[in-house]
Amino acid sequence: MTPATVPALRRGVRLRQDAARDRWVVMAPERMLVPDETALAVLRLVDGTRSLGEITAELARAYAAPEAVIAEDVAALLVDLSDKGLVSLS
Amino acid sequence: MNAVSAPLALLAELTHRCPLSCAYCSNPLQLAQVASELDTESWARVFREAAELGCLQLHLSGGEPLLRRDLVPLVEAAVEAGLYTNLITAAVTLDAKRIAALREAGLDHVQISVQDAEAGRADAQAGFPGGHVRKLAAAALVREAGLPLTINAVVHRRNLPSLPGLIALAEAAGAERLEVAHVQYYGWALANRDALLPDRAMLDRATEQVEAARARLGGRMVIDYVVPDYHATRPKPCMGGWGRRFIVVNPAGRVLPCHAAESLPGLDFPNVRETSLAEAWMGSDAFNRFRGTGWMPAPCRGCALAEADWGGCRCQAYALTGEIDATDPACSLSPHHGVLADARAGAGDDAPLVHRAQAR
Repeated sequence: MTPATVPALRRGVRLRQDAARDRWVVMAPERMLVPDETALAVLRLVDGTRSLGEITAELARAYAAPEAVIAEDVAALLVDLSDKGLVSLS
Repeated sequence: MNAVSAPLALLAELTHRCPLSCAYCSNPLQLAQVASELDTESWARVFREAAELGCLQLHLSGGEPLLRRDLVPLVEAAVEAGLYTNLITAAVTLDAKRIAALREAGLDHVQISVQDAEAGRADAQAGFPGGHVRKLAAAALVREAGLPLTINAVVHRRNLPSLPGLIALAEAAGAERLEVAHVQYYGWALANRDALLPDRAMLDRATEQVEAARARLGGRMVIDYVVPDYHATRPKPCMGGWGRRFIVVNPAGRVLPCHAAESLPGLDFPNVRETSLAEAWMGSDAFNRFRGTGWMPAPCRGCALAEADWGGCRCQAYALTGEIDATDPACSLSPHHGVLADARAGAGDDAPLVHRAQAR
């Protein structure tokens, strides 16, 4: 993974609201995942066009945090989501 | 009983009819009659009520859901209700026109079952000559339609040697997900247990093969693995606990906490023809009967794991002990744990196999 990597939700994966429980959920074939606050912030920016670098920069701005720290967290999170088969990294 | 949490998923058994006759079928021995099947509008109402109740996922299952001529309108109704819609199919009757219509209707995902990696053995298992080749063609159609694909392989004593081939088949089909599910022993499978139950060495080999494939395919194909609890020392938290996460509606409209629950005596399960899904879920005696831990006898009562495994599976406890309140014998603390050792000893390659009957 490099800053140019463009993460995307895999086929059949969608972020949606769960109105009954007042939260966001990641829907996927026959399973779902409840993202924590950090994962949700990242997933909202994963649209198949933004690169890892762009996502990191946006989050660094939004949270007024150093990019290097954010970059590490985002990369670790995306690898985890990729291992779970929810996000592709290309 | 207060604070009943909302279900996350609805399993809709649209029909018990199926062109296959697998010996491990999870349908009940008493199949729902064709004439008793819910109509399109009733199912559409059930989907709306499920979404209102808090369900997020819908599994359209059977039998074979493709045998419902109204499957496309049913998918439309489910999507309109806001449900993430999975089609669980044997796929031998799936063609390009149907998959295009289903995709157009908003279907989210297709799961196709396979019985073995080799066509001859697969067709013999399914009791459907030519079925395996049709399934592979259907999987390709799902791919071409751009829908996510799961390959489901139910494994047991007779096809476990094919597990590496089944993993390769799922890879070649381009599946995002592979479900390797050891047979669970209810209904038809329980009747065929001696022929289907693997020994410990077979199970351990399968688990190693799955682990190795997971390590190799990480990020490309997800593998979900369901183990047979006849080799366990702690029971599975069946369905995530009785009436906690899943709601099942069978072809005749009966509302159940799991697809095998009608095997339990003395429980009067509600029917969507007479009640709303919410009333069935929240208010029925049958759903409240095994909620929480208050119903549990020893050794579950007071056990530190009571809210981890919820006493295991009610259907299995009843099938193996004759008591619906008993601790699941899969638990080593159960006084009946020995029946599993007896079952393991009784399994063998020469045991006869009885194929499931057809729904009429």
